[in-house]
Amino acid sequence: MIYAIRDVFTPPNIRFLLVGLLYTITISVVTVGMSTVFGTILALLRNYEKRILGRIAGVYIEVFRNTPLLLWIMFCLFVLQFGSTFFRGTLGLTLYTSSVVAEIIRGGLNSIDKGQFEAAESQGFGIIGTFVWIILPQTFIRVVPSLMSQIVTTIKDTSFLSGYAIAEMFYRSKMLISMLPRQGITITGTHTLTTYGMIALVYFFINFSLSCVVRHMMRRHHR
Amino acid sequence: MSNGPFALWRWEMLWSDKAVIFDGFVTTLLISILALLFALLLGVIFGLLGTSDRKTLRMVNRVYVEFFQNIPLLVQVFFIYNAFPFLGMRWSSFMIGVLGVGIYHGAYVAEVVRAGIHSIPKGQFEAAKAQGFDYLQMMGYIVIPQTIKIILPPLTNQAVNLIKNTSVLATISGLDLMYQADSWASQGRLSYGPAYVVAGVLYFIICFPLASWARWYERRIKSREHIQLSDNAKDELMMMAEDVL
Repeated sequence: MIYAIRDVFTPPNIRFLLVGLLYTITISVVTVGMSTVFGTILALLRNYEKRILGRIAGVYIEVFRNTPLLLWIMFCLFVLQFGSTFFRGTLGLTLYTSSVVAEIIRGGLNSIDKGQFEAAESQGFGIIGTFVWIILPQTFIRVVPSLMSQIVTTIKDTSFLSGYAIAEMFYRSKMLISMLPRQGITITGTHTLTTYGMIALVYFFINFSLSCVVRHMMRRHHR
Repeated sequence: MSNGPFALWRWEMLWSDKAVIFDGFVTTLLISILALLFALLLGVIFGLLGTSDRKTLRMVNRVYVEFFQNIPLLVQVFFIYNAFPFLGMRWSSFMIGVLGVGIYHGAYVAEVVRAGIHSIPKGQFEAAKAQGFDYLQMMGYIVIPQTIKIILPPLTNQAVNLIKNTSVLATISGLDLMYQADSWASQGRLSYGPAYVVAGVLYFIICFPLASWARWYERRIKSREHIQLSDNAKDELMMMAEDVL
């Protein structure tokens, strides 16, 4: 076991994996950020626009929530004809995550007291002003814990991109195993076990720390 | 003849090979049902451990839940697929589907069960004990019947997630719907468009009714409000109902 760790986790290899980790985190943060924007629009439309646009938002959310993420990643990668692999992969992840975030935001919107709307109206706020200055700020504060746990989910979800030559952490760890013979190492079962095991632990520590933060925030929220 | 990703001849080709896709659909259904049963079994056991008075038992629950929830399912599946054989365990992709996906979602079910039992007011437990119920009677007659009602919506959402997540098996040639659609498309003159659309429709056909039922049922119990829940538990269950994955 020790020799396998020494073989696999040499400084250049660790650097190789860390760059992958950076990709993983960047993709996740960008995905959740863009999904928050798109998800907010979807949520507002589904909640307050009862005509065509609201219907479309509803259909979008239901379609994406009831089909697998992998399907959308593959769809964007193999059916769409524009952009780099990296772009299309992230797009697939974002389209899917937006539907999840939209429902989180909708939960937040629904928890805002009706009086807030009436108060805003009586103070002379227009519809847009009411949402931008009164409703959305309160909504976002309430959904911060859920959005944070969505980052945990998305960090896990980025591993789906590993099958399609997008160099995030899991792709790089699979590549690392196949590169070992070129570094003069005969691969044994122990090498495979330790590499996958260590990568699993890295995911675990990142996501576990994040979920601890989320839980701490939720507990404070209840006080 | 048009050569777009959704050209008519691609659909015709898919129609003549429909048996392949149908095969995948049946495999996905079968794996989902078995994995769900396994997840429920694990979830109930570990969820009950999480409500125990003993600290060590609660620790067992925490370790199981945190470990499996915080590592990507795909990494777990790859670990079983690539590393388990070196430990002398060679699981078929079907077994990985049932057991691997089952263990992963068991952790989520355990959280739902734990939150559900916690949402039952303490007085109910005390009253049951005061009436001389032992642990099994208390759970069986008082706690579980009330818990089931509240946890059905989040549980159903977990079932939806589980069905969607069986698609990871496509990455280890799992013969499931996603795999069959993808491999058919890559062999059949790259007709990805129709294959993915049909696969998507089939997933939707199973998942959408489940998700809709969960929402309808949740609204119904909320409007009746005959179950008194603590606020904390209510929020936790709400979040789970919304949570996807």
